[in-house]
Amino acid sequence: MIEIQGLQKSFGKNQVLNGLDLKFSEPGLTAILGPNASGKTTLLKSILGMVIPEKGDIYVKGKRIRDHYDYREDIAFLPQIARFPENLNASELLKMVQVLRKGDSDAEPLIKKFKLEPSLSKKLKYLSGGTKQKVSITSAMMFDCPILILDEPTAGLDPVSLMEFKALIDEEKKKGKIILLTTHILTLVHQLADRIIFILEGKVFFNGTPEELLKKYNTDDFEAAIASLTQQEVLTHV
Amino acid sequence: MFRIFQYSLKDLIRSRWIFYYGVFYLLFTTGLFILSNDLSKSIISLMNITLVLVPLIATIFGSMYFYQSREFVELLLAQPLPRQRIFGGLFLGVSLSLGICYLLGVGIPFVFYGIAGSGEIWNFLTLLFNGVILSLIFSGLAIWIGLANENKLKGFGIAIVVWLFFAVIYDGIQLLLLVAFSEYPIEKFSIGASILNPISLSRIQILLKLDISALMGFTGAVFKKFFGTNTGIIISTLSLIFWTIIPFMGIIFTSRKKDF
Repeated sequence: MIEIQGLQKSFGKNQVLNGLDLKFSEPGLTAILGPNASGKTTLLKSILGMVIPEKGDIYVKGKRIRDHYDYREDIAFLPQIARFPENLNASELLKMVQVLRKGDSDAEPLIKKFKLEPSLSKKLKYLSGGTKQKVSITSAMMFDCPILILDEPTAGLDPVSLMEFKALIDEEKKKGKIILLTTHILTLVHQLADRIIFILEGKVFFNGTPEELLKKYNTDDFEAAIASLTQQEVLTHV
Repeated sequence: MFRIFQYSLKDLIRSRWIFYYGVFYLLFTTGLFILSNDLSKSIISLMNITLVLVPLIATIFGSMYFYQSREFVELLLAQPLPRQRIFGGLFLGVSLSLGICYLLGVGIPFVFYGIAGSGEIWNFLTLLFNGVILSLIFSGLAIWIGLANENKLKGFGIAIVVWLFFAVIYDGIQLLLLVAFSEYPIEKFSIGASILNPISLSRIQILLKLDISALMGFTGAVFKKFFGTNTGIIISTLSLIFWTIIPFMGIIFTSRKKDF
């Protein structure tokens, strides 16, 4: 459903994506991993049309996305930091997103799940970072989009909310959605990922299932396998 | 575009700063009436304040709002909306909330003072028109500069320099050129130079309307001589409206190529 061909992007002298080819056609969760500044967020933002690549093309549902915007009807995006217009309250924000997106949505179950009722009438600037993140999750997930893009979505969540969030992602997976996730929390990857992509210096360094990763490094320990991947990367680039 | 404009307006109207800005005009205009007790004189005093302060506040506010709403812009960009609608909506939200504040802050005391029945009504409306249009132009320029500059400090600095250029430096350069080339026929140059500066245009328009030759200066006098009062007012109005299109187009064009 998402196809990326020869994607290149640089910011100044810094080549962030360097001829990236990827395909996401199977339902399930793909964890996109890599060290800081490896191009994970740039990749996600390119799919959303927020970053405009220099070379290469992205296709969503078979359509080239350049200069189009309506394909984003099918994508829900959860950004790294949730910041909103300060003087609106949470329910106004949710209503705004509903009005702007037009598609069917239901925020109620998520509001209940994250116990957001008391915060709905408060101005967004008075909410804590974690509560803002919950509002952000609700605003993105209240639509039934076939593609979810989650850029470090768990920042600021308390342990209970994190569990709720994991359960939520699991439900979405069962609905047959394509989910792309970047995170530095390896347990989350271990519990949720069906596929792992390791990006390094703008290229795909590893692309396979968690089992394949364990097999490649001949270990049972997931975190050790990821660590080996990162170390190998260091060795290759010293 | 209308929806985003609506939400950004709602957000801004509730902000404290925009409220203080409106209250400032309210107090200032009321103060002028108490001190001068004369509609015509109050309009002239307000003109001087409008020509300097409106562009300055619009520049500062436009710049600050743009950088502050960056993450909000990212949220909007992830929605199925074209960029021109997002930035067009934000521009209208900022510029019109400043314009409304000006309109209410200056307008309410005048209405209470009985402007409606007086002969000064058209002069007053000219003043309001200029206050609103300068808010639009300079907040638009500030947002455009913000879009083109990732670095907040740099963007803010450039926006202030642009204001300083149009409000102060431009007049100085124009005056120097007029003095240096005073032996040549420089009327057309002078008119052209005034049209290229929205603050000069506003000043000329208000002075033409008020018909105060003493304050008009060389360019105003040339404008009047060249076009006559009415044509002069029409040309300056059209040029000012054209000036609002420039930052708007700039915002649309720059936003299309920008990475977020």
